[in-house]
Amino acid sequence: MIKQKVRVKTFKIDDITVTGQSDQTVLEVAREHNIYIPTLCYLEGLSCVGSCRMCLVEIKGCRELAPACTSKIKEGMEVVTTSPDIQAHRNMILSMLFSERTHTCSVCVVNGNCELQDKTVELGLEHSLVPYLEQRFEIDASHKNFVHDPNRCILCTRCVRVCDEIEGAHALDLVDRGINTRIIHDMDEPWADSQSCTSCGKCVYVCPTGALYEKDISTEEKLKKTDIILNLIKSRKKDD
Amino acid sequence: MTKIRLATIWLDGCSGCHMSFLDMDERLIELAPYFDLVYSPYVDAKEFPKEVDLSIVEGAVSSDHDLEMIKKIRANSKTILALGDCAVTGNVSALKNLYGTDAVLQRGYFELADINKNKRYPSQIVPKLLDKVIPLHEAVKIDYFLPGCPTPADAVYETIKALIEGREINVNELTRFGK
Amino acid sequence: MITSIQELQKVAENRKCSEENIPQELRVCIGSSCLSQGSDAIQKDLEEAVKAKGLQNRCRVKGVGCNGLCANGTLVSHCDSSKKEQTLYEKVTASDIKELVKCVEDHSVYKEKRCDTNQPFFTKQNKVVLQNAGVIDPNEIEDYIAHGGYSALFHVLKEMSCTDVIDEVKSSGLRGRGGGGFPTGLKWESVYKVQSDQKYIVCNGDEGDPGAFMDRALMEADPHKIIEGMAIAGYACGANMGYIYVRAEYPLAVEKLDHAIKQAKRLGLLGNKIAHSGFDFDIEIRLGGGAFVCGEATALITSIEGNRGNPRQKPPHLSDYGLWGEPTILNNVETLANVPTIIKKGAQWFKSVGTTASSGTKIFALTGHIKNTGLVEVPMGITLRELIYEIGGGVSDGRELKAIQTGGPSGGCIPVEYLDLPIDYDSLKSIGTIMGSGGMIVIDDSSNMVEIAHFFMDFCKSESCGKCTPCRVGTTQLTLLLEKFINKEASKADLELLKQMSEIVKSASLCGLGQTAPNPVLSTVRYFENEYLEGIKDD
Repeated sequence: MIKQKVRVKTFKIDDITVTGQSDQTVLEVAREHNIYIPTLCYLEGLSCVGSCRMCLVEIKGCRELAPACTSKIKEGMEVVTTSPDIQAHRNMILSMLFSERTHTCSVCVVNGNCELQDKTVELGLEHSLVPYLEQRFEIDASHKNFVHDPNRCILCTRCVRVCDEIEGAHALDLVDRGINTRIIHDMDEPWADSQSCTSCGKCVYVCPTGALYEKDISTEEKLKKTDIILNLIKSRKKDD
Repeated sequence: MTKIRLATIWLDGCSGCHMSFLDMDERLIELAPYFDLVYSPYVDAKEFPKEVDLSIVEGAVSSDHDLEMIKKIRANSKTILALGDCAVTGNVSALKNLYGTDAVLQRGYFELADINKNKRYPSQIVPKLLDKVIPLHEAVKIDYFLPGCPTPADAVYETIKALIEGREINVNELTRFGK
Repeated sequence: MITSIQELQKVAENRKCSEENIPQELRVCIGSSCLSQGSDAIQKDLEEAVKAKGLQNRCRVKGVGCNGLCANGTLVSHCDSSKKEQTLYEKVTASDIKELVKCVEDHSVYKEKRCDTNQPFFTKQNKVVLQNAGVIDPNEIEDYIAHGGYSALFHVLKEMSCTDVIDEVKSSGLRGRGGGGFPTGLKWESVYKVQSDQKYIVCNGDEGDPGAFMDRALMEADPHKIIEGMAIAGYACGANMGYIYVRAEYPLAVEKLDHAIKQAKRLGLLGNKIAHSGFDFDIEIRLGGGAFVCGEATALITSIEGNRGNPRQKPPHLSDYGLWGEPTILNNVETLANVPTIIKKGAQWFKSVGTTASSGTKIFALTGHIKNTGLVEVPMGITLRELIYEIGGGVSDGRELKAIQTGGPSGGCIPVEYLDLPIDYDSLKSIGTIMGSGGMIVIDDSSNMVEIAHFFMDFCKSESCGKCTPCRVGTTQLTLLLEKFINKEASKADLELLKQMSEIVKSASLCGLGQTAPNPVLSTVRYFENEYLEGIKDD
């Protein structure tokens, strides 16, 4: 593996001159400078997979749009975070996410506390640009504390990553391909039967939608606790 | 001043968004001078009129009658505003799509029925359900979308006012899916 | 153990010597296509019949790789060195065995099943990579060595430095045969330049395009050439380990490669200190589970590592962060098979074949509505007309040509007006398709282009890994949208949505699968828009 020295890089985001360290991504530097780039699969503290494609930005000189969350910064690069073209891409991708599963906000446990729902407001999307696909998946409510409803899943894999990278259990993974992809526990067992799940609940805290939620608490209480992960990482570092 | 010919209608919805319309309360009086309400559940018109300026449609398209209506509305309206999540996304009305029309009829007319002695689906008067419940824009072109379940009265008011004044507004500041 | 060029030559001479003792050969094609027609039984029966006649000292019966004209299998070629003649027989069945043995006995020709090798299908081809296909027995390393095999590796180890090899490949102008067309020399150079104790060579044999079987044929017919190419690549950039990733649906190719690797190891052509040179190189086979996406570089690497074959965002490129995080060269089977020839004959010779920007030859798998279904190797720059009408023998069933689909699900459809276009990376790109790995599907006028686009989109939909949103949802949405056109239920707005969504899936997807999935749609919309308009209902 190649290890490079960390250096300071200066470049531009939306014509604002910014600086960052060479091991940082465009998204990280943008956030430090309060430049907004929408994200869904990204969660600070977890590895970046660049799968939702929400954070696509234009990097001058590149033919294709690139996800800000995986793009390492380079000296002198020029990043554009919003343009009619980028907006069209994001709106289409958000529409696709809504069309894929059953995101009926009005009857969802996290209505008003959902990152997918928030994106419609942030991007100004008031209707889906593509037809709904109407797939139905079985809900897994076997676990004593938590419910997994694949009908509200956007396959961001935050739960898979947090379980693997932070909890170290790797109880979750993906099965099947394409539009049929699902999150599963162990070898596609009911959650309650999962041998590797520690019932820590981290997957529930990081889920951006209502796909994973806690039982027996009111909708008003269903606040996602994404900061828990970062606090955990920080306190672990202190312990070292 | 020529008044705007306004129609409101609900297709497969719960009428909640029409309630929100009424919830504009005294602001209805403020808006009233601008409108002629030519067709609505609130008034007694039987046929959808011609040359409507603005049609506000609540609810999704789920039966052959809904489909016929929305096409008629489109043919006779300058602009259509889809009001509420059912009109915009299908929402609760579209939840049946996950199980299919047959399953819903089976449940409704057989499994839960205690008076359907003939064991038959209704075939008269009641409109036929489509295979799939669809939002309005999958059936016809829609000009404006105002999501919400129900859409808050403030959002309805601000949007209608903006339409009267010919202003663009960002509806996402006022409402969103599931609000 | 072979440790020097002299020893290598000795092996070659021994083999040739024994060949001279047995002056005739019956070469039965046992490539997948002929094998599916029972050519292995024919080979066995021939062996027995030759033995029964007591001719085993005059004629050897051997199984060889693909001869090319798969449409007319089973192919058997009769080599008679006493007459310096080779006769090819087509559509051979069990009932022809007697006659074939008679030919051996009498040095005669069995006219009834004789295949005319003066037809353009044979004369217009230029077999460089496939030189040994249909000639050597892929099970015998000595046969490969007798045909000049491994001499390039020995030459490289003894006479050339790493940079010499890279320069030679660079100046040959060889470009990636897997579809992208990236200059191979540059790829090697970038890995060479990276400082690392561990580097890898990976050979991509995960040929997944519908209608493509070039790499399969190559792996089955001449596995040692690929091994030699990989070893040379390993030497050039300092890698000592190679992996061949083959899809499990190619059992014959796997068998041949596995056998070949064992033989090469036995003779010291793979392993530690090859030819006393200090260069170690070993190769292992990895089987793919048949996911199309595993042909994508990063997904393939992930799959070799034992994980779910999902791609990841590039950069980092494989040259910086490849297999197990180490610098890795990933080359296609055909690319690597070109390398020994380039070393042997020189970059200048290689450049003299093909066009300036696309040198060398390319293997194409001709399929679809074409007479001569099969495998052909032609110089780059040949026109589609020559390929389809002369080599391919034209459209089958007397129909008219409508379009040619190249590049599989990532490619596009070429309409007839471009028949005189030279086939090379850049000209194909200029008309909205790609060279791809070499699948060429001929489409006649009975076909509906929307249905063709739908076929490929449906393929991509079921092969999408599901990682990124545009590909996962977009391919499904596009498939459904195309169905609307096929059922004549589309609206004008649907055509706009189709175009817009195609563009977005193309530019927003994470890996090559999604980025190229809309190509068949975009190219058919471009050239056959009227067929889409026919799918729009009046409303």
